[in-house]
Amino acid sequence: MLKLDGVSKVYRVGAFGGRALTAVSGVGFEVGEGEVVSLIGESGSGKSTIGRMVLRLTRVSGGTITLDGKDISSIRDRKEYYRQVQGVFQDPFSCFNPVFRADRVFAMIKEQYFPGAGAREWRKRVEDALESVRLDPGNVLGKYPHQLSGGQLQRMLIARAVLLDIRLLVADEIISMLDASTRIDVLNLLADLRARGLGILFVTHDLSLGNYVSDRTVVLRDGKIAEMGPTPLVFGDPRHPYTRSLLAAVPRLHTKWTDLPADGTAADAAEDLPCAYHEAAQESRTRPGLAEVADGHFVACSGGGKAAGAALAKKTLAKNTKETA
Amino acid sequence: MALKVTDLRVYYRTLRGEVKALDGVTFSVADGEIMGLAGESGSGKSTLAKSLIRLDGRMRHAGGTVELDGRELPIADDRAMDEFRFREVSLIPQYSMSALNPTRKIGKMVGELLAARGVPDGTAELERRLELVGLSKDVLGRYPIELSGGMKQRVVMVVSTLLDPSLLIADEVTSALDVSSQKAVATTLLGFRDHGLVTSMMVVTHDISLVYQIADTILVMYAGRLAEKAPAEVLVTAPRHPYTRQLVAALPEVGVRYEDRRLTGIPGNPPSLLDPPGGCRFRDRCPLAFEQCAEQPPFAEVAPGHLVACWKAE
Repeated sequence: MLKLDGVSKVYRVGAFGGRALTAVSGVGFEVGEGEVVSLIGESGSGKSTIGRMVLRLTRVSGGTITLDGKDISSIRDRKEYYRQVQGVFQDPFSCFNPVFRADRVFAMIKEQYFPGAGAREWRKRVEDALESVRLDPGNVLGKYPHQLSGGQLQRMLIARAVLLDIRLLVADEIISMLDASTRIDVLNLLADLRARGLGILFVTHDLSLGNYVSDRTVVLRDGKIAEMGPTPLVFGDPRHPYTRSLLAAVPRLHTKWTDLPADGTAADAAEDLPCAYHEAAQESRTRPGLAEVADGHFVACSGGGKAAGAALAKKTLAKNTKETA
Repeated sequence: MALKVTDLRVYYRTLRGEVKALDGVTFSVADGEIMGLAGESGSGKSTLAKSLIRLDGRMRHAGGTVELDGRELPIADDRAMDEFRFREVSLIPQYSMSALNPTRKIGKMVGELLAARGVPDGTAELERRLELVGLSKDVLGRYPIELSGGMKQRVVMVVSTLLDPSLLIADEVTSALDVSSQKAVATTLLGFRDHGLVTSMMVVTHDISLVYQIADTILVMYAGRLAEKAPAEVLVTAPRHPYTRQLVAALPEVGVRYEDRRLTGIPGNPPSLLDPPGGCRFRDRCPLAFEQCAEQPPFAEVAPGHLVACWKAE
């Protein structure tokens, strides 16, 4: 459904826009119908920029983004595009105007997209949308934003997107501002929407959340894809040293960092492992810069060959020895 | 006993009345203990952290005492507290990114801070401590904007501990960071204690899996009261309070996928603290609630070092 092909984004930075900053370079992946793809990366990896480009909030510098084979920048009528693709962002509190009741977001959708709908019919649709995100309409309609919790507001924004009968939802860090006890409800909600055929691009820095909900995972590093593939493969058998180091840094219950092999030995092991990209046979390099190591599991070069991978390992090693010194 | 808090109550003044954000908490932190303080937003964890160092204009000390190393902290008296701040109790604020003066180089700013505290020039010590957290002394000649989020966080951590406080409070210090910087910052906190720069520590967070990595004990708060305190291992593996149990069960972990095991959140919302209901505050959301819950359960010890406020926990 949605396809990114060699997408790049170059920002002009500096006092007169003299320098160029490549935020995203040559990224290509697909999001199919009823599929959750999580886009994982640290800050500065370009994950939000990709989300913004898909939402047409930022222009694409190179490559193409297509929806059902049609270049999205050629869709003149933005409204037509937003009828199919919507976004939900990190901070639900700043998406509502505190002066108005929270359900004004629904009224604005009606005004913009469904001016012909009758009042009673519309109310029914709003209630259905709210029920689909497991909110009690009587509890949230007519309330002001400060009377609702973050989780409720976030679910209202998802309901707003659902009202439009969209096909693709870009969810940019929608969980990180929520409490642990409501977090999981929003995640389960994404899974339910997926079952209804909605494609979801789930942007996050939290590996455990991405792992819980997504079918496929794309790991970004410095604007490039480091590794991508079916979630169980990427997390169960990570082939890129960066993915492995990210996984090792995730805090887990029941396992302490100190119980894992000391980072020194892990880093040594990483040094010995050959670069999965260069090990792979020539014909498996089916995408630019990526080698297919298993069915649908792509990995990029460890970074300028073996030496760079080793340098990364050394860097983390040096960081750790400094801290323990 | 480094820190001893007895029946502390701190209320917020609002137009509609007083919000009882901290409503009678009693606990202690031993010398050398790193205590994680976990809870959801609105549980009062940040209020507790703040009230140990400075009550802001809207906060009112409604009762209870705080004792640190045998001396009572005059928490309601802003001026008298000045003697204790940074020397005895110090805080790493939540948004340390914005705690640094953007118009001053780091070295100059720290120098001014030390001068304001009447401390003679401590450049050598400052450089030694920067090295301890993995920063080069070059950062002293840089502006905050030239540092990354994780680096700024570590600079603030060095500044907060420069006067070797007895108690260090870290308020959500890792929330805004990436996983790899999170780990670096958390291990740095551990290093402060192990090098004896601070005696004990309170790490305030909403992320139980992170605090589990570094804390000796974890205290869970709910709606302005204490729910459970236990050694970190016990709290995560064998929690006794129904709230802690559900909270721990709702955490997705790497390796858990919703197709295999669908986790559930805790239905309902915490009560309003403007006029909180009597009795146990979790009872509306609690699957085990019975008649006795209309009466506030005591925060009682059920095993050595394991305290729970629940009638069903005995």
